[in-house]
Amino acid sequence: MTTLDTREAAAPAPLAGRSRGAWASRSLTMYVVGILLAGVTLVPMLYVIVGGFRTTPQLNADPAGLPDPWVRENYEDTLASGAFWRQIWNSLLIASIATVIAVSVGALAAFALSRYAFRGREALYTLFTIGLLFPVGVAALPLYLLLRQIGLLDNPLGVAIPEAAFSLPVTIVILRPFMREIPSELEDAAVVDGATRFGFFWRILLPLSVPALTTVSVLAFVTSWNYYLLPLLVLSDPDQITLPLGVAAFSTEYTQDTARILAFTSLSMVPALAFFVLAQRRIVGGLTGAVKG
Amino acid sequence: MASTRTVAGASGTDTGTAGRAPARPAAPRRRLRGVLELTFFLAPALSLYLGFVLLPILLAAWYSVYDWNGIGPLDDFVGLENYRRTLSDPVFRGAFWHNAIFVVLSVGLQLPLALGLALLLNRRLRGRGALRSIFFAPYVLSEVTTAVIWLLMLQPEGFVDKVFDVVGLGGLVQLWLADSKIVIYTLFVVITWKYIGFAIILLLAGLQGIPAELREAAALDGASAWQSTRHITLPLLGPTIRIWCFLSIIGCLQLFDLIWIMTLGGPANASNTMATYLIDHGFRRYEFGYGSAVAVIMFTISFVFAVLYQRFVLRRDTEGALTRMVR
Repeated sequence: MTTLDTREAAAPAPLAGRSRGAWASRSLTMYVVGILLAGVTLVPMLYVIVGGFRTTPQLNADPAGLPDPWVRENYEDTLASGAFWRQIWNSLLIASIATVIAVSVGALAAFALSRYAFRGREALYTLFTIGLLFPVGVAALPLYLLLRQIGLLDNPLGVAIPEAAFSLPVTIVILRPFMREIPSELEDAAVVDGATRFGFFWRILLPLSVPALTTVSVLAFVTSWNYYLLPLLVLSDPDQITLPLGVAAFSTEYTQDTARILAFTSLSMVPALAFFVLAQRRIVGGLTGAVKG
Repeated sequence: MASTRTVAGASGTDTGTAGRAPARPAAPRRRLRGVLELTFFLAPALSLYLGFVLLPILLAAWYSVYDWNGIGPLDDFVGLENYRRTLSDPVFRGAFWHNAIFVVLSVGLQLPLALGLALLLNRRLRGRGALRSIFFAPYVLSEVTTAVIWLLMLQPEGFVDKVFDVVGLGGLVQLWLADSKIVIYTLFVVITWKYIGFAIILLLAGLQGIPAELREAAALDGASAWQSTRHITLPLLGPTIRIWCFLSIIGCLQLFDLIWIMTLGGPANASNTMATYLIDHGFRRYEFGYGSAVAVIMFTISFVFAVLYQRFVLRRDTEGALTRMVR
């Protein structure tokens, strides 16, 4: 009977083992391993942040030491430089444009693909999902030539519009099942009340889809914010470059001044990490939702 | 745009089957209205997608049969010569193998590690939310930031070497990025650091879908924790694992930013991937025709893989990003 009691007591824990003692000790071991690995994950970020408070001679003398003394100069210089803020602004502008285009256009298409019946609908949807397989890298050469032809090189739109296009597949893949789940009774009721298809879309479906729309917006925004290759090819004016380009350029420009690179890089992580803290649930929900449907 | 019309045009024929709408007469005016509505909803997305995603791929296929530097007239037709050259270039083959190595390492090492961590984080554990956030945090950093951070840490006699020294493993220190035998494994570690959080999150979501009763029942029947993990959890996690493998393999085939910044594909091409090879030839040597051929080959490899994977692996799963087309 005692064993049964133990089992019952342990049952609520998902990994109930034979005896509580063994379970606890194994659990402790795994716990320690988990914390250790979390530490390994954190160290590179801490290295950058803390390293930014050191001087380059300090870093050269002992690459793994703590700041002694702490210097704020690297951070202050970066924050006082116009380049850093301009790059933030450029990234913000491009990511916002790309997000607005991808989500608005994607929502329209997802509506048609989820709530209209027409021949070729599934084929069309498949066509969009194929886009999940295209990295910008594959399309980079012809895309560059295309943008040159239509005069969008050295123009933020030349980055934002293709980014929006490449965000469309994931946007549609997430929005379509969501819009499908909205009960058709609502649509029938709206039609009875005299709403047009568009009226239903605009006044009922879109407001109900806000959670999914937020998710796809966050995903489109983060993706755009992190793009490297496309802006690298399109933007040549240093005043127009985005933050990732700035980080890469800064790190090659100041090779001798590691401390400054560290400060610049760690400040460049701030928007991404802040965004992550604010929107973690959306990002996680979106990524898992996109995969599970 | 022609395809929009065809698609929209077809709509009129079966407006009656639009189950959600009340039955209505298929009058010509209604049909026209349906066509216009569909055009309104679909045309913007389709033109954006066709113009900036599909058109470039088609253009690449066209450019790939010319010898062209991207500036002059496109008149030096060379047929399949660019493809022949690519496929017989040992550097491209090397790049392809590096992609393949990343695939094998991801599935063989990153997946088990992520599984272990996901199983750990699936328990009721104090601080598990914090741990999950920590593992996921690098995922939101750009590959550029990741590359710059690790580039600095991996400098000879830099942070990583120093840490090895301090814990008494100084003898294991290598030229992490300068040794052509080591570099690819170093890069794999960096990639794992950045992307393992994504795997964990995905697997956790999958684990949460498995009813706890199943394991409780197994425990009552005397199954050990390992047995119920092996015979209940893992099989039920199958769909999630298979989707992760799909995304991870596609990702590995397309690796670019991180490698470009950390090594430029070097030393001596030891860390080239197909994508770095492509950009190197296209934009640093202005071989646009040749680079286009590489792009087409790369796309074909991804596409064939995706089709085969869906056909033979994902088919078993009722749900999946690409398989769940019809409901």
